[in-house]
Amino acid sequence: MSGASLTMYAQKKQLVTPGELLAQGDYYPDLNTFKIGNSVYSTILGISDLRENRLSVVPLKHCYIPSVGDLVIGTIVDIGMSGWSVDINSPYPALLLATEVLNRQHSQRTETDRIFSVGDLVKAKVIAFDRTRDPLLTVKDRGLGKVTHGRVMKISASKIPSLIGKEGSMISMLKKESSCSLSVGQNGIVLVTCESPENEELVMDVVKMIEREAHTHGLTDRVLDMIKKGRKGGKVVEGEGP
Amino acid sequence: MSATPKTSGMAKLERDAVLELASKNRRLDGRALTDYRKIKIETGIIEKANGSAQVTLGKTKVMVGVKVQMGSPFPDTPNEGVQTVNVELTPLAYPTFETGPPGENAIELARIVDRNLRESKAIDVTKLCITPGNKVFVVFVDINVLDHDGNLIDASTYAALAALMTGKFPEYELKDGEVIFKDSFQPLPINNHPVPVTFAKVGKILVADPCLKEEEAMSARLTVGIDKDDFVCAMQKGGIGELDSNEIKAAVETAINKSRELRGIITEASK
Amino acid sequence: MSKEKAPERLIDDSGLRIDGRRPEDLRPIKLEVGVLENADGSAFIQQGKNKILVGVFGPREIHPKHMVLPDRAVIRCRYRMAPFSTEERKNPAPSRREIEISKVIREALEPAVMSEYYPRTVIDIFIEALQCDGGTRCAGIVAASLALADAGISMKELVSACSAGKVGGQVVVDLCDLEDKYGEADLPVALMPNLSAVTLIQMDGKLSREEFEKALDMASEACRQIRNFQAEALRHKYQGMVDTEEPPATGEASK
Repeated sequence: MSGASLTMYAQKKQLVTPGELLAQGDYYPDLNTFKIGNSVYSTILGISDLRENRLSVVPLKHCYIPSVGDLVIGTIVDIGMSGWSVDINSPYPALLLATEVLNRQHSQRTETDRIFSVGDLVKAKVIAFDRTRDPLLTVKDRGLGKVTHGRVMKISASKIPSLIGKEGSMISMLKKESSCSLSVGQNGIVLVTCESPENEELVMDVVKMIEREAHTHGLTDRVLDMIKKGRKGGKVVEGEGP
Repeated sequence: MSATPKTSGMAKLERDAVLELASKNRRLDGRALTDYRKIKIETGIIEKANGSAQVTLGKTKVMVGVKVQMGSPFPDTPNEGVQTVNVELTPLAYPTFETGPPGENAIELARIVDRNLRESKAIDVTKLCITPGNKVFVVFVDINVLDHDGNLIDASTYAALAALMTGKFPEYELKDGEVIFKDSFQPLPINNHPVPVTFAKVGKILVADPCLKEEEAMSARLTVGIDKDDFVCAMQKGGIGELDSNEIKAAVETAINKSRELRGIITEASK
Repeated sequence: MSKEKAPERLIDDSGLRIDGRRPEDLRPIKLEVGVLENADGSAFIQQGKNKILVGVFGPREIHPKHMVLPDRAVIRCRYRMAPFSTEERKNPAPSRREIEISKVIREALEPAVMSEYYPRTVIDIFIEALQCDGGTRCAGIVAASLALADAGISMKELVSACSAGKVGGQVVVDLCDLEDKYGEADLPVALMPNLSAVTLIQMDGKLSREEFEKALDMASEACRQIRNFQAEALRHKYQGMVDTEEPPATGEASK
């Protein structure tokens, strides 16, 4: 059989289901697909994508699996001798070691108590994770550490790329038009800080809309529209970066 | 809640050995794919039970005791006796068998044995009625697994069958609604001899009567129950793997052939 | 207080079943995805009088920790019948039948879930049978597959399931409760259609070898039909997120 025989069953950017046949022939099974013999199937509910001969599926929903270098926003859930347990909205609980907070080797429990308490929100970075151990975090970089004001919300981790946009275009526009500060954790947690609570509500509604309509056309315009209609103006809040 | 079990302590090397042989259609102990291990059946060993049997299948050992007692019928079958099967995976049979109430494996095993007996009407429950809607005989089939070296389903069912076929219960007469037991005994009314044949899917092939090592390397298990007239009377797939339709149909054919030989062994031992 | 009587005939003179179906007809099926707020994934199935709700949580952190598997997710499954789901009230305590069904359902879904993508976690599947009329383990599997997909869990394929059997001397599919009780055989089957892989098969009753083969083939065919309904239900729920057109008006499918 000649290798030139290719059959696409799914259109590009089509909603596909797990086990659905995407194509047959000389296609490379990329993200969220698998190949048996000549046939490539989807492994998740998502949107099919084809680049040259690489087939992939972008998931509509998935849980957050950490990657080294990710910015995450999490909640302290436990304090131990060596550090803090952090809920990062992932099936894998994270650990923030005291050594990644203080600048010395060890600490007493009373010290760890004073720095973060259970229930505190922290912005952190993932410095280690593999499939055999839970993720490790650090707050040593600029902009990381305890979160003291703003509103926090949770969206599906799979929608974060849409919220950020191509080269940060969506998130930059949101910040500029709303005059608010936004921190986006790769783990699906978003921190919104504005001058007025009404603006915070508005931005949160906009983020929810982006989550819902991430894969539709004309989203950027609808977002701009929604902010312009809802905003009350205000100054940019100093401080925190992306 | 049912949860994915921990994989056995079987070393990867051992599992690979089983799979390697399977890819060449061979087995660890050199048996043919549909061969059973040596079967030994002893009956009438527990005098206090109405019927009893011990089956040794390779190194697997199962003892079954049958007790027949008076009881009440189920509301929707007032004229029928009652059959009930229970399994105990006794802790002495295997290092990880624990004490306590039956877990899902013991329950599944009991229900498969029960299914084989019930669907083939092995016990003629219509002959176990004393006074309709009121008193009937209840047949308790209690399965005690004593040593686990694989294929508990078949060993347990053969032992249950042998215990029932050699089982006896008292003759009685009814006087003014009272049941008076006589000193004499009658055999249990057994009408059918269902024989399950269990296969393990090891790699790409099905092997009959898996030993423990084969069970630990298998991806799926298929039990096919065949009655004395070559009807399929029970079936159960187990394990987290998959089977295909053709494999299943082929297994049914093998089971029909194999069951005749096995039934002969059980019947012979139950004379 | 049982209102049930054995039906006089399970197949009438024109070859129709007690509910008017032909031997190869499925009961009307309605599937809905994403019906619960808190579960990570959920689905509801109505098949004839069966009403079953499934919620999936996970992958999530596993408790108790000793159950963890180092290289894959643990899958936990509980099938439960509501006390009001059957003609006679069912005692809420888990019965042996529910325990067995929980196990066979888990074993039917395991081959489809790519559990090796989520080591050291657990995926919990809760199946609540709210009204039961025969074939609930199959209907539960159909809805559970949807709930798993809805939760964004990676799967090789959706698992579909349907029973076949023998009733009034005829081989039929999708037995209702009366047919299961008074018929000659009941054969629930679960299938991953694109891989032609059977992940659940059980049988109660008496079938000749030929009847068994026919029933298995009919059940497999029914599973393929149902797989199409499953895909439709997922599309109906999520099509609206992919383009700005209105999703189709109905998610119902019968036959």
